[in-house]
Amino acid sequence: MSGFISGSRNSRTGRLTATRLAFSLLACLTIAVVVAMLAPHIGINYDRGGHYLEFLGLDAYTPGTAAHQVFWIRVPRVLAAMLVGGALAGAGCALQALLRNPLAEPFTLGISSGSSLAAVLAIRIGLEGSLGGAGVGAAALLGAIATLLVVWRLASIGRQLPPATLVLAGVTMSMFCSAASVLIQYTSNFTEISRMIRWMMGGLDSMQLSAVGYGTIPIVLGLAALIAYARELNALAAGPEVAASLGVAVARTQAVVFIVSSLLVGAAIALAGPIGFIGLIVPHALRAVIGPDHRVLVPASVFGGAVLLMVCDTLARTVTAPAQLPTGAVTAVLGGPFFVMILIRQKRHAAMWGRG
Amino acid sequence: MAWLMLQDLTVALGGRDVVRGVSAEVNEGELVVIIGPNGAGKTTLLRTIAGLVAPKGGSVKVLGHDPAKVGRRVVARELAYLPQQYELAFPFAVEEVVLLGRYAQQRGLGIASEADVEAARQAMVACDVAELATRRFDELSGGEARRVIIAQALCQGAKCLLLDEPTAGLDPAHARSVFAMLRQQCDRGAAAVIVTHDLDLALRFAGAVWLVAGGRLAARGAPADVLTGIATRQAFGVEIHVGDLPGGGRFAVPV
Repeated sequence: MSGFISGSRNSRTGRLTATRLAFSLLACLTIAVVVAMLAPHIGINYDRGGHYLEFLGLDAYTPGTAAHQVFWIRVPRVLAAMLVGGALAGAGCALQALLRNPLAEPFTLGISSGSSLAAVLAIRIGLEGSLGGAGVGAAALLGAIATLLVVWRLASIGRQLPPATLVLAGVTMSMFCSAASVLIQYTSNFTEISRMIRWMMGGLDSMQLSAVGYGTIPIVLGLAALIAYARELNALAAGPEVAASLGVAVARTQAVVFIVSSLLVGAAIALAGPIGFIGLIVPHALRAVIGPDHRVLVPASVFGGAVLLMVCDTLARTVTAPAQLPTGAVTAVLGGPFFVMILIRQKRHAAMWGRG
Repeated sequence: MAWLMLQDLTVALGGRDVVRGVSAEVNEGELVVIIGPNGAGKTTLLRTIAGLVAPKGGSVKVLGHDPAKVGRRVVARELAYLPQQYELAFPFAVEEVVLLGRYAQQRGLGIASEADVEAARQAMVACDVAELATRRFDELSGGEARRVIIAQALCQGAKCLLLDEPTAGLDPAHARSVFAMLRQQCDRGAAAVIVTHDLDLALRFAGAVWLVAGGRLAARGAPADVLTGIATRQAFGVEIHVGDLPGGGRFAVPV
């Protein structure tokens, strides 16, 4: 592990230059585009002889073929993974900077549970039937925002909570919302319960191209706003008072970044359900490679999150084929051990450095 | 017109008046040292001048305007403030930390210009941290980190420097060179207000010393006069002895 840390030290060369920024972003963009172009080609095909891994190849671009049809069934799902992953990782990165806490993430702050509670409630009162899937999505969005507001209130009491305490607040929030969800499930009928559980696992199957279309513009605008505040986030690393003395409009920065991050997380959850740990893993891993400068870290996290979720989602629909795993379960299985690893490492370093 | 002007300044924190009726001014080229017992209100006074705390009564003027009312970017070009506690949440390299000082001069994504890099280099040389430029801030010793953040404040290029115990944790040679550097900055036309417990450095480098006790400005004037004055003895409960050094110059020690 110490080798990993010293490796991260040598891999950066100090201050950000225009060339390094352009090169890093171009590299991230290229990887994201390549993965997005490959992902719909990969899948499981099965016939009487069993099932096997299949790469669609050029057939996918020939209208009328089966491969073409399968390809276009997968495209919305891949696009949604890209969008949701980018939103979660970008928001996670910004929340970590804003709360000055490397453990901050939609999942660890209890936001996923809060929005699940709202979604479960929406399914229970039949909002799904009356408004279609949009009703549950809207409820999830509101739930995410409400939870973030509570956590924000907790975090700003006494100016700043120590990282561990903030995560404890998130855990408390999670437990409360989970308990409330269970109570609601207890009073629900079987169809509702199965729908609730399916939603809470988080998944990208049955994704419609139109839903991806609605999500794209707000998410892209939100991420652009976060990137525009990257320099302020850098200054905030030294604390709100130092940032203010450096010339940052601290209150405005906190308000804008916090609201935008909440909306991004809410939109991502509304689209795909609670997908955990993307916002934690991606900024952490990238910080170790490209350094903590948010001008490159925030956009890189967006691309990194997009790539990771596309990969996780491809795994979700291939590893147990013909059955499909919920994407959220795959990211949680990867993210849990990662989170523990960060905790152990931070215990060792006493201070809460986000050294990835 | 004085660069910093405090008029009957009263500041309350948590319902208690921490600073009471302070009136004073700092002129161009002046290096003022604030001394006083722990909990006397020194830090609050400094934060109020920096516009980070709104006064309950009276007024602060920095180059003619109220730092709590104008935009932070405007204030940052006139005034740099270095708090006692400085904790960086992420492992930036030293040069990146110093360049954060250029925030107010930059636009857009703020990619460092040649002027920014040169300002950072000069600040790092002045604080004797130039050779640490590519090191990670979280891996520095306490004293090295302290000098790096002084370089950050210097790099800001502000006219007035407000520093809260800048030499805490520095070895004697570096503590002295920090004060000598600040003296030099003031001689070139800056102004500085420094909170310190190092009375000897106050005597050697300050143009004026303010004694803050119980939230009030208990004494102000030439360093030797304030240090040996009755108000200082009462505030600290010990007498400060100012003596001549054999090779010229003077020293101050509590006795």
